[in-house]
Amino acid sequence: MTFSPELEARFAKMLQSYPPGRTRSAVVPMLLYGQDEVGYVSQELVEEVARRCGVTPLQVDEVIGYYSMLHRARLGKYHVQVCTNIACQALGGEQLYEHASRTLGLGNKDVSPDGLISLEEVECMGACSWAPAIQINYDFHHLVTPERFDRLMESLRDGSYGRKAS
Amino acid sequence: MRYNEPSDLEVRVISQRFDLPNSTSIDTYLANEGYVAIRKALGMTAEAIIEELKVSSLRGRGGAGFPTGMKWSFVPRNSGKPTYIICNSDESEPGTCKDRLLMENDPHQLIEGMLIAGWTIKSNKGYIFIRGEYRYLIEIVDRAIAEAYERGYLGQNILGSGWDFDLYTHTGAGAYECGEESALLESLEGKRGVPRLKPPFPAVVGAFQSPTILNNTETYSSVPVIFRNGGAWFAGLGTPKNGGTRLMCISGHVNKPGVYELPMGFPMMRLINEVCGGMRNGKKLKAVIPGGSSAPVLTAAECENLPLDFDSLAKLKSMAGSGGLVVLDEDTDIVAVALRTIKFYAHESCGWCIPCREGTTWLKKLLTRFHEGGGTERDIDTIGELASNMLGRTFCALGDAAAMPTTGFITKFRSEFEEYLKKSQGRVQPAPELINV
Amino acid sequence: MADPVKFTIDGRPMQAAPGTLLINAAKEAGIAIPSFCYYDGLALQAACRMCLVEVEKTPKLQVACTTPVAEGMVVQTDSPQVRQARKGMLEFLLTNHPLDCPVCDKGGECELQDMVFRYGAGESRYVESKLHVDEKQWSPIVFYDAPRCILCYRCVRICGEGLGVGALGIGNRGAAAEIVPNRGDHLECDECGACIDICPVGALTSGTYRYKTRPWEMEHIGTICTHCSNGCKTTLGVRNGNIIRANNRDRSGVNGEFLCVKGRYAFDFNENPERLTAPLLRAGGEFKPVSWAIALATVAKKLSELKARHGKFGVIGSNRTTNEENYQLQKFARLVMGTSNIDHHRTGDFATLLDTLSGRANALATTADVYTTKAALVIHSDLAQEHPLLAFQLRANSRHHKAHVYAVTPGPVREDNYGTGVRADPGREFEVLATLREKLAAETELIFLFGAAIKGAAIRQLVEFGDSLGIPVKYICLLDYSNSRGASDMGLLPDLLPGYRHVSEIGLDPGMDCDQMLSDPNLEALWVVGSNPLARQSLGATNAFLVVSDLFLTETARRADVVFPAMSAYEKNGTVTNVCGDVQKLSRGPKTMGTKSDLDIVALLAREMRADLGPTKVDDVFQEIRRTVRGYENLPFGVIETGGAAATAPVHGPVRFESRPELIRPTANGLFTSGTLGRFSGMLNGLIESPGALYRDPHVRPVIEFGSGQLEMVQDK
Repeated sequence: MTFSPELEARFAKMLQSYPPGRTRSAVVPMLLYGQDEVGYVSQELVEEVARRCGVTPLQVDEVIGYYSMLHRARLGKYHVQVCTNIACQALGGEQLYEHASRTLGLGNKDVSPDGLISLEEVECMGACSWAPAIQINYDFHHLVTPERFDRLMESLRDGSYGRKAS
Repeated sequence: MRYNEPSDLEVRVISQRFDLPNSTSIDTYLANEGYVAIRKALGMTAEAIIEELKVSSLRGRGGAGFPTGMKWSFVPRNSGKPTYIICNSDESEPGTCKDRLLMENDPHQLIEGMLIAGWTIKSNKGYIFIRGEYRYLIEIVDRAIAEAYERGYLGQNILGSGWDFDLYTHTGAGAYECGEESALLESLEGKRGVPRLKPPFPAVVGAFQSPTILNNTETYSSVPVIFRNGGAWFAGLGTPKNGGTRLMCISGHVNKPGVYELPMGFPMMRLINEVCGGMRNGKKLKAVIPGGSSAPVLTAAECENLPLDFDSLAKLKSMAGSGGLVVLDEDTDIVAVALRTIKFYAHESCGWCIPCREGTTWLKKLLTRFHEGGGTERDIDTIGELASNMLGRTFCALGDAAAMPTTGFITKFRSEFEEYLKKSQGRVQPAPELINV
Repeated sequence: MADPVKFTIDGRPMQAAPGTLLINAAKEAGIAIPSFCYYDGLALQAACRMCLVEVEKTPKLQVACTTPVAEGMVVQTDSPQVRQARKGMLEFLLTNHPLDCPVCDKGGECELQDMVFRYGAGESRYVESKLHVDEKQWSPIVFYDAPRCILCYRCVRICGEGLGVGALGIGNRGAAAEIVPNRGDHLECDECGACIDICPVGALTSGTYRYKTRPWEMEHIGTICTHCSNGCKTTLGVRNGNIIRANNRDRSGVNGEFLCVKGRYAFDFNENPERLTAPLLRAGGEFKPVSWAIALATVAKKLSELKARHGKFGVIGSNRTTNEENYQLQKFARLVMGTSNIDHHRTGDFATLLDTLSGRANALATTADVYTTKAALVIHSDLAQEHPLLAFQLRANSRHHKAHVYAVTPGPVREDNYGTGVRADPGREFEVLATLREKLAAETELIFLFGAAIKGAAIRQLVEFGDSLGIPVKYICLLDYSNSRGASDMGLLPDLLPGYRHVSEIGLDPGMDCDQMLSDPNLEALWVVGSNPLARQSLGATNAFLVVSDLFLTETARRADVVFPAMSAYEKNGTVTNVCGDVQKLSRGPKTMGTKSDLDIVALLAREMRADLGPTKVDDVFQEIRRTVRGYENLPFGVIETGGAAATAPVHGPVRFESRPELIRPTANGLFTSGTLGRFSGMLNGLIESPGALYRDPHVRPVIEFGSGQLEMVQDK
């Protein structure tokens, strides 16, 4: 299995960043970056990471089950993560998630039929003082009202997301 | 960037460069006393460095508040094994969003702090373990590391000292438990983030089975200024045994939530009323979760005249924890907060030990039912009993972190739970109180 | 050794070596501290929290399984607080447990049941829903029922640390955490079932046993596995004369809890419908079942007649029959028939080793030595496949005592993963050994375990090499079958009497060996006991009268004139000698109607021929062996009788015999084959079809890290 040249370069550097004989350390980062490119943790990716890091596929499997950001099923192009933990909850995070779920027609970890958007209710993402917060892929969005949420979703659909500062 | 307006009451020590243009660049850092401390430290012995840290009364900013100087002194310096400097940037404690700002706005300060740690134990390698969700910070820190290499602050023969130090970032992938230091080390080794048996502690058997200094982002970020201005100066900023300043993360029902740098021991009510502009919509204060969601809740009465430092909060059987304060007003549904809190711990329990795995799940299910209106009188006691069956009996502190706030909610706000029962009576068929096995 | 530490448990003053874990110190004193995850010899987990105890001056309850005793420590294991904690822990455990004990295989011998009975509460406050996950089948043998699982990780550890396979892991996290197999939805492993046996609850169950019986309906009979030469104790669960399961949960015998797939599951040959249950007599080209009386009379008549005219007669004995049977069989050949034409299928050149080591004490290693030696060298054998117990012992030794293990083998072997593995083509072993000389000489002691490729002169060369190292070296000649060693010891050889005395001592000339008997056109009669030589060659004497005793109608039996239906090892009493010379006792478990033991067959035939073979009862024969056979003199009868293992003594003095390396034919049985018995084990045959050979996967090395500290401080996840 080969990845984009950028990712290959990252992996090569990554494998050298750990002490000698410790390539297993690269398992988690490799899976996460690999998932970003592949769209999910495919079986092929599991085997590849196992091979590159010198571990068994089972050892990779154990790791995947443990980390909540690693997904065995394909996510949407835009993975929308709504925090409902206590700080966000205090300022309407749960209502925001319900709003998202209702308007997108998606349950937790569902993907829209066109594969564009997936939704997940997530735990504290470190934006407590600017709650309620969401992440679209790795981008933070603070102080998100339902209206702002709708505009963000619209920009995902019309392709304008990311072209303007959010 | 900063996401909230600063306050005049802040004492800007480790956030002093946050508002500078290009604050992440090494040039900005160098122009503002950057990499001065490491030059000083390079002329000091390990003993002198550790002594200076002890004088500073710097305590770990990750949550436990362990004296940093003492922690560094535990690392054997002639074990024959390589040693490692690890930064815990897996900031995940609900209510906490400060490490993010430190990396986002002043990554070189963190690097310098780690350099001083590295020099102290003559380590040659360090890793900054950044939670997976903070991808943009990995990019910022990686750029800063590259700059530091270019200018000779990282790599070989640093500043002509003959000492080499390499620094790398390492990404997590979504696991609160990896904020626990030994679980973080397991994760760094490519395994499930399940904590290790202790002892041995990471100082002796840490990263890659070797002696390790492991601190939180804010702790390392506080180190350079100690060596620039002196440990005594730093200690003087706070209260006895609680040196320096702290980035307080205030969220919830205040007018100006945000991250503010305040001296240790800053009074809670001044924080709410003066720094954060008071309660939103003129509501009354009901409760504060004072140190991340693991810290047992404080009632409004307990917040009166309360200095925010490790020891004062410990006296109230709560904790300063990670410096994340969630302020809750009179309209807050405490049952819902208790439920959301336990949901989090049930989600994040690694599953290794029975009481945490089963206890958090049971409490989650019970509180869900209670919250939906299916509660019984007996449930209120059961919640407390289950929490006490977990407390102090789990493999690691996550079980305690789940049990303590639950106990806090149920004891300090028992009447709210009782009210809840009355309101919901008849809405849902309550569950039987006992079933025979 | 450091001074013992003094402490108090439940008011009783005690002492123990520093570093002793509280749970073990208490056990020594007869105080049971309950636990699920603590398991002797496996990494510490501290996961189940059942062993919490009160330690004075420590605010929190302490975990007895990871807390070492300390000077002056005052411990309470049964205080109200401790009892409450245990009750709470069990209440937690049962929240998501399905409580399907009435249909659970483990019911009646379940540690969770016992624990709740002793320490738990009679009622539960848990009224929430349970998380259901469907049961999964991971292999023909292994089933996993996640809701029953209490996550003690014993299975993960026994597979990884114990077997070196690492086929089980932990998936998901929190309440959804569960055990997962190495190939996503199925297992590729040794199928040894250790995970199933070690499971304290009914989470892992076996395809051969599940839903068949309640444990208390079975009789439990400890006997010795009949499949390979390692001589593992296996406990047969017998109900109504049928074997329902085999395990070794009492951890007795040379193997402790170890058993491989054959010892645990390949007992089904015993009830194969093709088992012979009546003597067969060839009549007009066809077999016809006859009574024992007719069959014995027919053979006795033929042999008496032959004996009278000094016709050529031979016996090929078995590698699986008991010492007593072998002893009486050679007596029959030599004393009744007056011939030394007796041999067996030789799988290793043990006699040459004995001769080479002549006069030395402590030169033969026992099974126990393999676990305690400071270093060992495996030559030309894939131990994990062919000698699974020895492989297990070596690995355990490396884990527990940091023994150094070297493997000089033609292909990759499991020892490579934790020891020093070097490849050597057959015949080039000594070149490789020379390169290892320095390392080997630096050890303080060694055991050489060598396969059948080292035979004849090579054995003498190997011992020379061992001598040249200047350190004590012990040897194990790796033989293949369950009583190969006993066959050799009991004189199933043309030139050697029992105890390796030369046949001339009783006035006989050396007889014909196996190949000579099979090819001699003038042979008039041949008795083959529990062996199948005609599977690979035809009988040279086309008209010879052939008598066969066996369990099945093998290729050899098909050619017979008379076939005696024999009992299997599981159906009889007697002793067998394993590859290391440990003598252990077989105990009769199931019965198959119509069969007889070979001991009885020999005795009946002798009686029918009016000959006196001496004792007829197993115990009496064994006493004669103890009196007369070198190496077996004065074996501790009590030890063997009570199910223990007693090591044979090495034979002093040279062994006079003709070494015949060309007769050494290893079986190359792996984990999933077992000669004739394997062919009739439906279970084993079913497994061969499932994927396997995990550790031969070129890019997968199931490396297990054991940390740096002593075992007590090691954990592995």
